[in-house]
Amino acid sequence: MLGRILALTVKEFLALFKDKRSRFVVVIPPLIQLLVFGYAASFDLNHIPYAVYDRDGGYAARELLAHFQGAPSFELVRPIQRQEEIAELIDRRAALLVIQIPPRFTADLVSGRTAPVQVLIDGRNSNSAQIAQSDVSRILTGFNQDWIAQHQLQGMPVSLVTRAWYNPNLESRWFFVSGLVGLLTLVVTMMVTALSVAREREQGTFDQLLVTPLRPVEILIGKAMPGILIGTLEASLVVTLAVFWFKVPLTGGLGVLYSGILLFVLAAVGVGLMISSLAATLQQALLGAFLFLVPAVILSGFATPIDNMPDAVQTLTLVDPLRYYLVILRSVFLEGAGFELLLPQMWPLALIALATLAAAAWLFRHRMS
Amino acid sequence: MAALLSPRLLGLLRKESLQILRDPSSIAIAFVLPVLLLLLFGYGVSLDSKHVPVGIVVEQPSSEASSFLGAFQQSVYFEPRFYGTRQAGREGLRQRQVKGLLVLPADFAQRLKADRDAPIQVIVNGVDANSARLLEGYVQGVWSSWLQRELQARQIPVARPVEPETRIWFNAELASRNYLVPGLLVVNMTLVGALLTALVFAREWERGTLEALMVTPVTLGEILIGKLLPYFVLGMGGMVLSVLMALFLFEVPMRGSFWVLALCSTLFLLTALGMGLLISIVTRNQFVAGMIAILATFLPAFLLSGFLFDIGSMPAVVQVVTHIVAARYFVTILQSLFLAGDVWSLILPNAAALVLMASFFLGLSRRLLRKRLE
Repeated sequence: MLGRILALTVKEFLALFKDKRSRFVVVIPPLIQLLVFGYAASFDLNHIPYAVYDRDGGYAARELLAHFQGAPSFELVRPIQRQEEIAELIDRRAALLVIQIPPRFTADLVSGRTAPVQVLIDGRNSNSAQIAQSDVSRILTGFNQDWIAQHQLQGMPVSLVTRAWYNPNLESRWFFVSGLVGLLTLVVTMMVTALSVAREREQGTFDQLLVTPLRPVEILIGKAMPGILIGTLEASLVVTLAVFWFKVPLTGGLGVLYSGILLFVLAAVGVGLMISSLAATLQQALLGAFLFLVPAVILSGFATPIDNMPDAVQTLTLVDPLRYYLVILRSVFLEGAGFELLLPQMWPLALIALATLAAAAWLFRHRMS
Repeated sequence: MAALLSPRLLGLLRKESLQILRDPSSIAIAFVLPVLLLLLFGYGVSLDSKHVPVGIVVEQPSSEASSFLGAFQQSVYFEPRFYGTRQAGREGLRQRQVKGLLVLPADFAQRLKADRDAPIQVIVNGVDANSARLLEGYVQGVWSSWLQRELQARQIPVARPVEPETRIWFNAELASRNYLVPGLLVVNMTLVGALLTALVFAREWERGTLEALMVTPVTLGEILIGKLLPYFVLGMGGMVLSVLMALFLFEVPMRGSFWVLALCSTLFLLTALGMGLLISIVTRNQFVAGMIAILATFLPAFLLSGFLFDIGSMPAVVQVVTHIVAARYFVTILQSLFLAGDVWSLILPNAAALVLMASFFLGLSRRLLRKRLE
C-alpha cells in the first residue's frame, strides 16, 4: 500500500512541477505578496495630511499649531486663507482633516474661557476618520496639559493610565503580518489542491485512476500529499519572513505553532479536494475555490473582528477553518499561548479536516459523469 | 460599425453565448457570486464594535466608584464583567474572556475626594491593535464625560482650555458600512471580471479549437470582441445587481450621478476583463491561468486598493505597486461617488488611469494573440 501511495504522490508532484510556470506560481508570488502586503496591511495612520485655517493668528493659536507640527504622523498640506478652500481640499482628498481656529481664540484662552477648535474630518474612510479624530484629541489634551501647567490652573483630578498587553505600541502590523501567514497558507494550499482533481476529470484521466487497484483512500492520500507538503513549507517560509524580516515577536513554542499549521493545512487540503471533486470542469473548480476563499478570508477575523458581526454571521464563521488558524497564529506569535489555551481552536480544525477529507474520498467514487 | 454588424461577428457572439449558457458556472460567477459575497461582506464586515466585553475590578466599593460604573454600564460599547480581584481580572484577560480590563484601585475615592490625582488603570489586549485603540478611545470618552458631570455636580472648577468641535463630513455617523460597501463592489467586480475571462482562451488552446477558429475568415479583432462582449454583458448585469443591493439593502447613500457610475463601471469592467484575457492568452493553460487568477485578483484588490487600508500610510515602494492595481482607481471613484458626489478633480484622473489600463490590457492581449499564433 505504501508503495502505491508513494508512486501516486510522486506522480502528483510531477504533474504540478513539470510545468515551469506552475512551479514558479506556487513558490514566488506568495513570498512577494507577503512582502508587499506585510507593508500594505496596516490601520496605523502615519501620514495624516491636514490643513489649517487660523482666523486668530494670536500666540496661543501658534502654540497649538506647533503641537500639531510636532506630531510625527501629521503633515501640514498648507495653511488656508479662505473658507471655500476647506471644501476644496477635503473633496479631492488633499487633506484628511482641517483645523479651524476661530477668531478670539487667544483672547478666550488668556481670559480663562474654554476656546473651541473646529476639526473637520473626511468621513469617507470611517476608520481613518476615527483614528485621526482620536489623534487630534490626544494632541489637544497634550496642549491643554501644557497650558494648565504654564498658567498654574486646576487640572483634571482623575487620569487614565493605559497599557496594552502583548503589543505595547499597538502596532497593527504585528496583527496583520501574523494574519497574513494564515491567508497565504490558505491561498497556496487552495491553489495546489482545488484544481487538481478537476483537471484530471476534465482530461478524463481521473477515470483511469479509478480503475487502477488504488483504493479511494490511497488516491486521497496521494492527492493530498502535495498540498500538505507545499502548504506546510510555504507556512514555514512565511513564518520565517514574518519573524526575521518584519520582526514580529514569536513568543510561543514551535510545537504549538506547527500543530496548528498542520491541522489547518489538512483542513484546507480537505476543502480544496472536496471542491475539486465536486467540479466537472476547471472553471467550476476555480469558481468553487473563490466561493470558498473569499468568504473564508472575510469571515475569519483577518481584518475586521468577528465580534462585530451579527449573530447569524458569527455562527457561520464556526465552519471557517481560517478563523481558528488565525487565533492560533496570533496567540502563539504575540501572546505566547500554549496547548491548554489553544485546544478550543484545535479540535474544530481537526473536525473540519476529517469531515472534508472523508467527503472528498467519498466524492471520488460517487461523482462520475 | 461595419465590423460590429458583420454576420461573422454575430455568429461568434452566438457561439460564445451558447457556451456560457451550457456551463452554468459563468452565469453563477456573474450573478450568484456578487450577490453572495455582497451579502456576506455587507453583513459580516464591520469595524464598529459594540458590546465589547470589558472586565472591571473595583478594589474598594464607594459611591464614586459606583457612579463611574453606572456611566460605563449605560454605554452601548461595553459589556462589563466584574472580577473580585486584580489577579482574577488579569487571568480573565489572559484567557480572552474580556478584551480589556479596568482597575479602580483601593484608594480611588479617597484620592478623588482629596483632589489628588486618582489614576484608573486600563489594560487592553493589544493583539488586534486597531480594535484595542478603538477600545481605548471608547473608554476615554466614557471617562471624560463622566468626569465632567461629576465635577460639575460637585462644583469643582477645572480649567478646560481648548475643546474640540469635531464634524465628520460625508459620513456623519461614521458608519463603516458606508465606506466598506462601495469598496466591496470593486472587489466583487474584480473577481467577476477576471474569473469570467481568465479561462476562455486557455480552454480553447488546450482543446485546439482556437486554431480551428483561426483558419476561418474571422479576424483577430472579431474574435476578441466576440469573447469580450458576452462576458461584458454578464459582468454589467452583476454590477447593476450589486449597486441595487448597496442602495436598497445596505442603504448606502448615493450622492453622485448614475451616468458617471455607469461610465466608470464600464471602464473598470473592461480593465478587469482585459486582465483576465491577458492571463488566459499568456498562460495558454487553464490550470496555470486559474492559479494566477487566484493570486492576481482577490488579494491585491482586497489589500492594495485602499478599500480597507490607507494607501497614504504605506511605504513609498508599496504605494508605487498600488498604481498597477486597477481596483485602486475604482475604489477612489466609488467612495467619492457614493458618499461625496461628483468630485471631478478626483474622478477625472482616476477614470483616465482606468482608460489607460483597459487599453493596455486589451491592446496587449490583441498583440500577443497574433504573436502566439505564428
